[in-house]
Amino acid sequence: MTTTIFWAFAAIAVGSALLCVTRRSPIASALWLVLTLFALAALFVILDAQFIAVLQVLVYAGAIMVLFLFVIMLLNLGRAGPSDRKGALAWAVAGALGAGLLVPLAGLARAAPPAAIQLPEGTMAALQQQQGLVGAVARPLFETYLVPFEITSLLLLAAIVGAVVLAKRKL
Amino acid sequence: MTLDLSLTRDLLTALLPELMLTGWALVLLVVVAWRHRTGGDLRVAGGIALAAFATTAAVVWWLWWNSAAAQGYAPMIAVDDFRFISDWLFLGTGALTVLLSMRYLEREALLAPEYYVLLLFSVLGMMLMGGGSDLMVVFLGLELMSVSVYVLAGINRKSPKAAEAALKYFLLGAFASAFLLYGIALVYGATGTTNLALIGAQVTSLHLEHGTLLLIGLALLLVGFAFKVAAVPFHMWAPDVYDGAPTPVTGFMATAVKAAAFAALFRVLGQAFATTVAWHQIVSALAVATMVGGNLVALAQRSLKRMLAYSSIAHAGYVLVAVAAGNASGSAAFLFYLVAYTLTTLAAFALLAVKGRGGESDVLIDDLSGLATERPWLAFALAVCMLSLLGFPGTAGFMGKWYILVAAAQSAQWWLAALLVLTSVVSAGYYLPVIMVMYMRPAPSAAAHADVRLGRLAGAAVTLAVVGLLFFGIRPNRLLDLSAAGAESLRTPTAAAVAPPGN
Repeated sequence: MTTTIFWAFAAIAVGSALLCVTRRSPIASALWLVLTLFALAALFVILDAQFIAVLQVLVYAGAIMVLFLFVIMLLNLGRAGPSDRKGALAWAVAGALGAGLLVPLAGLARAAPPAAIQLPEGTMAALQQQQGLVGAVARPLFETYLVPFEITSLLLLAAIVGAVVLAKRKL
Repeated sequence: MTLDLSLTRDLLTALLPELMLTGWALVLLVVVAWRHRTGGDLRVAGGIALAAFATTAAVVWWLWWNSAAAQGYAPMIAVDDFRFISDWLFLGTGALTVLLSMRYLEREALLAPEYYVLLLFSVLGMMLMGGGSDLMVVFLGLELMSVSVYVLAGINRKSPKAAEAALKYFLLGAFASAFLLYGIALVYGATGTTNLALIGAQVTSLHLEHGTLLLIGLALLLVGFAFKVAAVPFHMWAPDVYDGAPTPVTGFMATAVKAAAFAALFRVLGQAFATTVAWHQIVSALAVATMVGGNLVALAQRSLKRMLAYSSIAHAGYVLVAVAAGNASGSAAFLFYLVAYTLTTLAAFALLAVKGRGGESDVLIDDLSGLATERPWLAFALAVCMLSLLGFPGTAGFMGKWYILVAAAQSAQWWLAALLVLTSVVSAGYYLPVIMVMYMRPAPSAAAHADVRLGRLAGAAVTLAVVGLLFFGIRPNRLLDLSAAGAESLRTPTAAAVAPPGN
């Protein structure tokens, strides 16, 4: 049952991601991206990570994508302009290269994490029972992974400074 | 000084250099928010950036002097000589870049003092890459560095070429980051941890040397790093980006960014994958392709900046030989070569920046005709740089290549050693014409080099670099000992000190 649901949402995620990069209208691309993010949220639920799934929907599919759509609509992009898609030959070459990358990745289908590092069945459920859905995410985030967490905030700061430097009309 | 990194106080001590640089970056950010209109403000920002690099280097030195070391295994940040040496390399390169940029920014009317803020942030990212003992920290450091450098490449908003460079670098860089991240995820799947020392321990205890998950993850990691060091066939972005970016930024990208990616690659391979032999062949193949490809294409370049771009690709190939050698002398040669290459390339780009004025017009190699009679010292400095890049005896470049050669021979990688010598001979075909043109051709007109002035600060930086090159070319022992100690510190902490991961 879980496997079936996984494959269904995985297919939706991959399919809408493909549509996202092949649509010419930026609005359509953004909407397909929303669907991808929703499908990913469903996959998080299957992995017992309900809190992450909720955040995915609220933050990514909700807030960030709305911002995307706002910007696209404010920019008022016309349909004009030449397509950047190339001819059949370019598609064939790109397809062959992509397939070439998929072949080694197909090996992953047979690979599994070693049994020694897999958590026994029900560990996640017990942990969430004990610490709550949020606590199970928050504790590692602010204890074990505090240093990477703080570096992330610096990364965002650097990105903001960079965006302002590049985009501001007059410094 | 032994630090127990599970205690907050000791963790903060271990992170002191990074905290110091972050503090300076935030102070500078506030200062430039008010003062960002005139050339004077630009100089103030540059001065603060220099002070930031100097004090951070002092803190690194303090930790080093007290022989700081982590007790047990280091969860997020390593405390070893390798980190301290690479920190010094990045901080020094950053400081030299500030010296080179001061006059350049005013000349090109780039009145954006945020330039220096981004420079500080990118050096901070590099320090995290060189010192991170967890793949997550390494990745975040790489992103912090990359995001800052993407913007630095496009800081000249009036130039379409700079915009193209920034966008190209950003798109391909994001693509490469995705490879790296996927690799990290697979390695985590195979070992259940992202800590480098613990990955190494898990690989040995669970016998994962030939595990599919781990090997595919390792391959994707290598793709991500090979992109950042611009190894063939992941070099496509480098010439265009180096060509379009402002020259001091190009110098910074060709030296510090490359050195940081190499430092992270070296730490990851040395600590996490020491027993996984598969990467030796991959790195050897990359080294062969990079040496041959970089040198042959460089021969065909007429523009000095593009020639230096391809030359930096070729040099990445030589460093990869040191990585592929995988023995103690290879590790020592690795750090030594990074220092020598950084000094040389930065000085060469500094000299190029002086010549390439007037809205960044292309400087062809032929444009240097007669520089030796008009500006003898500049010509001399550039000649020393070219000879060092070529690997001429008496310069640091020669000693670096020699040590790499010895290391490759010791690990019986005869093909790599032979190819290194052969491609170095080929590289004479594009380094020597620069010297020939400067010294043997007359200047096209009396005023051809009239406006070539280095300025006091950039002059000091170039003098420092050239003197360093000649000094290390004649007395390399001290630097080599330091490099050997730094590389050795990567090997020790694993196995014994590592406890298996709790969860």
